[in-house]
Amino acid sequence: MAEEIILLDYWASMFGMRTRIALEEKGVKYEYREEDLSNKSPLLLEMNPIHKKIPVLIHKGKPICESIIQVQYIDELWPDTNPILPSDPYQRAQARFWADYIDKKTYVPCKSLWSETGEKQEAAKMEFIEVLKTLDSELGDKSFFGGNEFGLVDIAFIGFYSWFRTYEEVANLLTIVEKFPKLISWAQRCLKRESVAKTLPDSDKVLKSISDHRKTVLGID
Amino acid sequence: MANEVILLDFWPSMFGMRTRIALREKGVEFEYREEDLRNKSPLLLQMNPIHKKIPVLIHNGKPVNESIIQVQYIDEVWSHKNPILPSDPYQRAQARFWADFIDKKLYDAQRKVWATKGEEQEAGKKDFIEILKTLESELGDKPYFGGDDFGYVDIALIGFYTWFPAYEKFANFSIESEVPKLIAWVKKCLQRESVAKSLPDPEKVTEFVSELRKKFVPE
Repeated sequence: MAEEIILLDYWASMFGMRTRIALEEKGVKYEYREEDLSNKSPLLLEMNPIHKKIPVLIHKGKPICESIIQVQYIDELWPDTNPILPSDPYQRAQARFWADYIDKKTYVPCKSLWSETGEKQEAAKMEFIEVLKTLDSELGDKSFFGGNEFGLVDIAFIGFYSWFRTYEEVANLLTIVEKFPKLISWAQRCLKRESVAKTLPDSDKVLKSISDHRKTVLGID
Repeated sequence: MANEVILLDFWPSMFGMRTRIALREKGVEFEYREEDLRNKSPLLLQMNPIHKKIPVLIHNGKPVNESIIQVQYIDEVWSHKNPILPSDPYQRAQARFWADFIDKKLYDAQRKVWATKGEEQEAGKKDFIEILKTLESELGDKPYFGGDDFGYVDIALIGFYTWFPAYEKFANFSIESEVPKLIAWVKKCLQRESVAKSLPDPEKVTEFVSELRKKFVPE
């Protein structure tokens, strides 16, 4: 029986990318629906009345909201294919901690990096560099955040990689590639996975979209 | 193997209360250590270097941080009794959603209620009531947020109750008149031993908040 999965999403959302990657990892067929965030669909507002945000995963007509919660849900439904969370409870707690760290620490500064100027943007830059330093240190010499296997924390962060060029250009964050070679190697390693390669948008496309938005909507530059 | 569980905590913390309740639900013996948040212990800083916050759960020498993550960990390690998360994946996702909602929305709103005054406080009070109403609506006619059994979302929320009299005092309103069904739910939860043993006296919390408020709202 077809699973009937619909994903309401926005192509450049690093949060939506998490859910797309998880679905691809499990080989699950789903219908992708692009949302216009300036004109949200009735379905989105009905399925996520609390936050009114993407991504929204709709499984057999029932919504699951929040990307990290969606990834865990997908992992629990299809546990035998490419497990995303480790099986050991302590390792699971560590994975959840780092996914939570990424969510807590990137959401506000990453938005400010492209939507602000001047002091606010500078402050956001400093915050984001701290996050990169911390993640770089946490990754260490491991192939992936969880060790040898691609998993939750990799999925939580890899989408941001498609925004690095945008941050570098728009926020003058020169240059992530030089400062954090381990993170860049890790990203390249992740991109070798089909689920990631299929999901991440072209970095230049993100840059163009944000640059246009800054000019036409925010009136910057 | 011996199970050594230490909890670094701070008595009025609604987050620490979650972990205390979860441990007691499972019948886990633990050592409670009170932290002075103005003078954090070396152990706390060592075990939670990223956030430097309580509660910190230390199990056989290894730290687990963030209260909601600790509750899930406790549920998975001591899975033999009083399950905290439901077994159905969709119900689990809903439980996680509401705990996340509480974390994202309730903490900041309640803070405005006791730590500000004037227009800012009025706006905070309005948000806070809205959020409680949303939670009350989600509870509906169920005994607990997850249905018939006490669980994850109940644990995530119940600690905030000990701060209710403080909110009422400083923002001059009655929470029970706004969300009576939620208060009925509170009373049901308080009948559970794990909750009764883990929550401090709301009067003591009000005294504590009163002192704390002076730092933010000099009178």
